[in-house]
Amino acid sequence: MNRHLISAADLTRDDALLILDTAEELARMADRPIKKLPTLRGRTVVNLFFEDSTRTRISFEAAAKRLSADVINFSAKGSSVAKGESLKDTAQTLEAMGADGVVIRHSASGAPHRLAGWVRGSVVNAGDGTHEHPTQALLDAFTMRRRLGRLEGLRVTIVGDILHSRVARSNVWLLHTLGAEVTLVGPPTLLPVAVDTWPCAVSYDLTASMPKSDVIMMLRVQQERMTDAFFPSVREYSRRYGLDVGRVALLPEHAIVMHPGPMNRGVEIAADVADAPRSTVVEQVTNGVSVRMAVLYLLLGGMEVSA
Amino acid sequence: MKATWLIRGARLAGGEQEDLLIRDGVIAETGRDLTAPGAEVIDADALIALPGLVDLHTHLREPGREDAETVATGTAAAALGGFTAVHAMANTDPVADTAGVVEQVWRLGRQAGHCDVYPVGAVTQRLAGAALAELGAMADSAARVRVFSDDGRCVFDPMLMRRALEYVKAFDGVIAQHAQEPRLTEGAQLNEGEMAGKLGLAGWPAVAEEAVIARDCLLAAHVESRLHVCHVSTAGSVEIIRWAKRKGWRVTAEVTPHHLLLTEELAASYDPVYKVNPPLRTSVDVTALRTALADGTIDCVATDHAPHPVEDKETEWAVAAFGMTGLETALRVVQEAMVDTGLLDWAGVADRLSVRPARIGRLAGHGQPLRAGAPACLTLYDPSGRARADLSGSPSKSRNTPFAGMALPGRVVATFLGGSPTVLDGKLA
Repeated sequence: MNRHLISAADLTRDDALLILDTAEELARMADRPIKKLPTLRGRTVVNLFFEDSTRTRISFEAAAKRLSADVINFSAKGSSVAKGESLKDTAQTLEAMGADGVVIRHSASGAPHRLAGWVRGSVVNAGDGTHEHPTQALLDAFTMRRRLGRLEGLRVTIVGDILHSRVARSNVWLLHTLGAEVTLVGPPTLLPVAVDTWPCAVSYDLTASMPKSDVIMMLRVQQERMTDAFFPSVREYSRRYGLDVGRVALLPEHAIVMHPGPMNRGVEIAADVADAPRSTVVEQVTNGVSVRMAVLYLLLGGMEVSA
Repeated sequence: MKATWLIRGARLAGGEQEDLLIRDGVIAETGRDLTAPGAEVIDADALIALPGLVDLHTHLREPGREDAETVATGTAAAALGGFTAVHAMANTDPVADTAGVVEQVWRLGRQAGHCDVYPVGAVTQRLAGAALAELGAMADSAARVRVFSDDGRCVFDPMLMRRALEYVKAFDGVIAQHAQEPRLTEGAQLNEGEMAGKLGLAGWPAVAEEAVIARDCLLAAHVESRLHVCHVSTAGSVEIIRWAKRKGWRVTAEVTPHHLLLTEELAASYDPVYKVNPPLRTSVDVTALRTALADGTIDCVATDHAPHPVEDKETEWAVAAFGMTGLETALRVVQEAMVDTGLLDWAGVADRLSVRPARIGRLAGHGQPLRAGAPACLTLYDPSGRARADLSGSPSKSRNTPFAGMALPGRVVATFLGGSPTVLDGKLA
């Protein structure tokens, strides 16, 4: 495995399966009364968050702490440049503090790439702009495998704002590597112009895609897309690309509904769909900690998991 | 009194080997086995002699950003690249939109003495795109401005563009347009296509360049004026310019060395050294640009030398400045992309890097064939050999070049400006 986890596209099939299998073992640990492992004792993990994301930060923090790492939360809200300190200066500060791992969330695509060139520790991408969010894709794959028992040949439909979605990008690369068949669905305005070069199918018709889906993954519609002519109105978007009870009824019996959160209830997903038994939204959060533990363990650890 | 120079055995524009005798700022004589007692002799056996290179598109950053470049440092780099004339772009601080600023830049060029500096005047006041700058005052100034451009920004208002094209006819000026539809490129970072989609960077679509070029060609035809298209970067733009030229319209165009050699895949590293405006495109575009330069659809190579301090490039991609330096490597890149590929011979290089840009800029003292009576502005170039571009000793204040460390053919040996060497043996004279 690489020293860093920056793009899901960098993971080989063996790497990805190793992470998922390790996460599976670590998840079993979570059921014990004492959840903590000594694996990363003495190691320092910095959570470097340039963008607000309480959910992801807490998930990484919990993961690092359960592995006994020392965790430093470095919240540089807004852009580093706005604060007058460059990303490179921040990187040098982290170097001086001796960070073994840096978990970075940044509004600029590629910021983790740049950081990896400036620090010695491992860099974990916790979401960079509209590029990637590889641990989200890993926890999604983990959730699918747990619920449906396999990934090979699984038909996964990802719906919404593909153009600006780091979750969609990471999922496309990872699921392709793991043998799933991905279909992207959204209005043409929210699909990249060269999406035909991606290893997946594309459709503009959500209703037609429903019966052919083992997994349906809804993406959040960001507020700023609603004012820039990507679609005429939120209501029209919701009618054409929202997941309501009527559309869910078209899914095969076993199919699951996923959402990376936070949800816009009533926009891309109806409230009763979000809370239905086939929805995995809450499990995804739980699984996120196990998967991030596995990533930190494999990148920073050296000891065997004492199962 | 200037020294007399005898250059022995150079291949004039790549043709037959001849001697060149330089006296009193002009080429006094050409021919075989010339003698000139007391002359300084340069053995130029097998070197190519080209008329001094002319750059239509150089950012010298002075006044305002002397931390990135000055007229003196930028023109020193230009001389090392074989240039004897550069057009200094108007997007300085203050903007070169008055006779005062263009005369200042022109005078700084004279003082430095590395190149003739021809300031480009802004089309609109403060490059704001709202009201015409005093184009006539700049034309009539000591700087004798003939090329006007808001480069860095597009003159987007069609009425203003029409008026600018019309107005400069009075003094045989030309509007050099940075063709970029602003609404289609808001926040744009990288060519809209495969790489931008994968890297999650906002796309800069080819149509945003092509739509403006098409409009401007039609406007230039309508008012029968001269349009020059800066840094053409797409195959579609080439088609439109080819069509406009076939109509007989007075449209000229330039391409940068980097758009002749580099493609968007380089952005995969997210290293902003590859961030430039217009962006690096695809190999299909590169092929079309090379073909167009070879067949003359694109008239010339212009560097768009755009120096930036380190801190403006050692950042996240999206916040980094656009632009790359390129004066010192331009001719080597052209050899790599055009000559060594068989698309252009050395006479063609002389035409595209000297004769035509001098004609577009209406420069009397540059871009003339190397024969007796011509001003002694010339470049001696050794096309043999191949070496990694080493710019560590560059006089430029900036190092934001994608060519550093790249293996490139050739070497600029000497540059003469008005009969005196500015560069000898690859070093500033």
